[in-house]
Amino acid sequence: MTTQQFDTCTLDNGLRVVVQSMPGMQSAALTLMIPAGSVYDPDGKAGTTAILSEIFSRGAGDLSARELSSAFDNIGLQRSVSGGVGYVTVSAATTADRILDAVPLIAKMLLKPHITPENFAPSRELVHQALNAMEDEPKQRLGQYLRRCSYPTPFSNPSEGTMEDLPNVSIADVQSHFDSLIIPNDAVLGIAGNVDSAEIQQALADAFGSWKPGTPRQLIAGAVTPSPMHIEHDSAQTHIGLAWDTVPYIHDRYFEAWATVSLLSGGMSSRLFTEVREKRGLCYAISASINTQKEMARVFGYAGTTNERAQETLEVMVAEIRRIHECITEDELQRCKARAKSTLIMQQESTMSRSSSLARDTLFIGRVRGLQEIRDMLDALTVDQVRDFAIEYAPKSMVLVTIGPESLDTTCVS
Amino acid sequence: MQFHKHTFPNGLQVIAELNPAVYSVAAGFFVRTGSRDETEEVSGVSHFLEHMAFKGNDKYSADDVNRIFDEIGANYNASTGEEVTMYYAAVLPEYLDPAMELLAILMRPSLLQADFDMEKNVILEEIGMYDDQPSFTAYDTIMATHFANHPLGQSILGTKESITALTSEQMRRYHAERYTASNMTLAVTGNTDFESLIAIIEKYCCDIPSGVCDRALPEVKPVNSVRLLTRESSVQQHIMQMGIAPKGTDKRRFAAELLSVIVGDDCGSRLFWELVDPGYVEAADLGYNEYDGAGTWMTYLSCMPDEVEKNLARMQNVFDEVNRNGVTVEELEQAKNKVASRIVLRGERPMGRLTSLGANWVYRGEYNDVADDLQIVRGLSLQDMTELLQVFPIVMNTTVGVGPRKELEAGRVPA
Repeated sequence: MTTQQFDTCTLDNGLRVVVQSMPGMQSAALTLMIPAGSVYDPDGKAGTTAILSEIFSRGAGDLSARELSSAFDNIGLQRSVSGGVGYVTVSAATTADRILDAVPLIAKMLLKPHITPENFAPSRELVHQALNAMEDEPKQRLGQYLRRCSYPTPFSNPSEGTMEDLPNVSIADVQSHFDSLIIPNDAVLGIAGNVDSAEIQQALADAFGSWKPGTPRQLIAGAVTPSPMHIEHDSAQTHIGLAWDTVPYIHDRYFEAWATVSLLSGGMSSRLFTEVREKRGLCYAISASINTQKEMARVFGYAGTTNERAQETLEVMVAEIRRIHECITEDELQRCKARAKSTLIMQQESTMSRSSSLARDTLFIGRVRGLQEIRDMLDALTVDQVRDFAIEYAPKSMVLVTIGPESLDTTCVS
Repeated sequence: MQFHKHTFPNGLQVIAELNPAVYSVAAGFFVRTGSRDETEEVSGVSHFLEHMAFKGNDKYSADDVNRIFDEIGANYNASTGEEVTMYYAAVLPEYLDPAMELLAILMRPSLLQADFDMEKNVILEEIGMYDDQPSFTAYDTIMATHFANHPLGQSILGTKESITALTSEQMRRYHAERYTASNMTLAVTGNTDFESLIAIIEKYCCDIPSGVCDRALPEVKPVNSVRLLTRESSVQQHIMQMGIAPKGTDKRRFAAELLSVIVGDDCGSRLFWELVDPGYVEAADLGYNEYDGAGTWMTYLSCMPDEVEKNLARMQNVFDEVNRNGVTVEELEQAKNKVASRIVLRGERPMGRLTSLGANWVYRGEYNDVADDLQIVRGLSLQDMTELLQVFPIVMNTTVGVGPRKELEAGRVPA
C-alpha cells in the first residue's frame, strides 16, 4: 500500500529532476528549488532576493503580468514563488490532467521574467510594506533577530530584507542576482502526483532545456551578531526566542538530533508543553524545532507569555533544555517515533508535501529517502543513542532574544 | 467514495465518507455551540471549555489524554468558532479505536476545579497572544461592531475580565446544556469500513446524554459605523470592512464564493491588480463568510497609515464597478478553475474532507462529495452572478481600523 517509485534524471544543463508517480491521486504538484536565497544577497543589500521573487509573477517572455496570471488561472494552477534564506522556491499544484500545460508556463515565468523599472518599483514597495507589517507582529520579528544572533553571516541574512538596506537595492542588483544565481547547476525540481513519469520528464526537458548553466557561488561564513538581545516593544506579551547549535539534515546523527528536539516539543505530551504550559500555565504557545540549512542547523525555541510571567517561563524552558538527556524513557521515544511515522505516511496523501520532500531530500543528501528507509532509521534509534547525542551536543550557551516591554534577567542562558 | 449515516438512540448523528484508497482516517466531533450561544456573563466559555475537554475524566488524566494521542501518532486538535466547536484526530486506520475512545472522552470531561484554575492562565495568555496580532484584533472588533446586539458579535475568546470572573460551576452548566448528543455530529472520512466504525462508536459514545438545545437566529441589522482602535506604536494601519452577504443556507452562497475570488482573491483578482500589484498596499482582499442565519462580505486592508483614504477609495471603485457591471465570462471561468483545483487538492486528504463534510451537515443537513461540489461550481452562470449582485451588492456597512490613525477623513468611508 505504501510502495513508492522515484524516477530521477539530470538534464544536460545540470538540473536534477525527481518524479514520484502517485497513481491514486487526482492532482499533481511541482517544487523547484534554486540555491539563490537571501544568503546570496550582496552586502548591505538585504532584500535583493525578496524583490526578485516579487518580480517573477509580473510577466514573462511575451506575456504581460495579467496574461501570465490568466494563463495560470485558466488551468487552475495554485502557485507561489518565495525567496527564502537558502533557496528561491517555486511551488505549484493543479489537477493532474493539467500539469503538462503548466510546465512550459512555469519555465517561462522563471527563465524570462520582466526585470524592468516598471516592475522593480512596486516590487520593492511591496517588500517594504511586508517589512512594515512585520514590525506589528512581534513573533515574526523575533524569528528574524533570532536567526541573526545564531547564524554567522551570510547564513543569517533575513529573507524579508531590512528597512536599512532596502533603499540601497537597485534594479541592477536584482538583474545581477537573477543572471548569476538563477541557474540550473545545483537546482532540483520535484514532481509528485498522478503523472506519467516518462511524459513529464520529456515535458520538463523541453521546457527547461534552454536554461543556461552558470558558476555556483561559494559562501564564506562571517560573524554572528552578539546576544542576548532585547527589543523593546509595546506588546501584551513578552516573546522569548532561544537558539542553540545542532546538526543539519545531511549529518549522520540528524535523526538523533531530531529525536532530542522531539522529546522537548513533539506533540502535547512533550516536555516543554507539559512543564511550561500544562503544569504551570505559563503560556499558550510554546515550541522548539530544528531549522536546518544545508551546511548548518540550529534549534529554535519559542514561548509567548505575559510580562510578569516571562522570567519564570524562560527559566523553566532553559532548565528543561538543559536536562533533556535525563530520564529518557523507552515510551517517550516510542511516542516520537509513532508521530513521525504517521506523519510520513499521511504525507503520501498530499502531492504538494511529497513534491517538496523530493526536492529537499535531493538538494540536501543527493537522493530521496523512501518511506521504508526512514522507518528503518527511526526503528533503529535507541534511547542510549539519543541520550548520548543530547549530552554530546548539549548547548554550552544559548542565544536569547526577547521582544516585549521589559528585558529579562539572562543569567540562566549563559 | 461511499457515504453513510446513522443516528444513535441518544441522538448522536454519525456521517461518514469512506475511501479505501487513502492511508489515514480522520474523525471529528462538530458540536453546534460557540460564542454566539453564550450569555454575556460567560463570554469565552465555549473556547475555555474546548481547552478543558483535553483534561480527561475518571479513567484518563490530562497527561494520559496527551500521551495516548501521541502514542498513536495522531494529528489532533480542536477549534472554537462563533457557531461550532470542533474536535478532531487523524490517525492511521489501525488506531481508529483508541482515537475514538479519546475523542469521546473529550465530549464528557471531568472539569475539575484544579485543572480549571490552571488552564485559566493559559486562556489569559492566549488572549494576550492575539492582542499582539493587529489583524486578529481588527477581526474581533469588526464582528462586535457589525453584529452589535446580535449573538454573532460575541467574542470567541472573551475578555480578560470575563475569563477571570468565570467559575467552573458556570462552565459545567454550559457544558450540560450544549454538549448533548443531538447537538453533535460525528463526521468520519478516510480508510475504514462503516460496520466496524459503528461498532467502535457504539462502544464509546452511547452514554453521551441526550437532550435538545437550540439557538436563536435573529435578523442582522448592522448600523453603518466606523470604529478605530488607536495603537500609536503600530507601523501599518489595518482596516476591515463588513457588509451583508448570503446566509449559510442560501443557494447563492456558491456564487458569493466565486465572486469573492474574482474580486478579492489574494492573487489575480480585481483588488489584487488595483491595489497589491502596484505596491499601494501590503494586503487587500475580499472574503465571503457564511453563518447560521447570516452571511458577510469582509475585506482586509493593510497599508501605510497615511494612505488609508486613498486605498479605501480604490477599493470602493472596484466594488462600485462590479456592482454596476458584474463580472466577465473570462473572470468567471478563471475563478471556476481556481476553485475547482482547490476543491480537488483539499479533498485528497481525509483531514481536508472532514471540515467540509462536517460543516455541510451541521449547517444544512446535506452531503456533497467532491464531484457534486465541482459540478455546482462548474454550473454557475453569469446570470447567477448578476442575480447575486442584485440582492447582495458588495456594500460595506461597517469599518474598523487598528493602527496609529485616530480618525479617518469623512466622506471616504461609509458612516
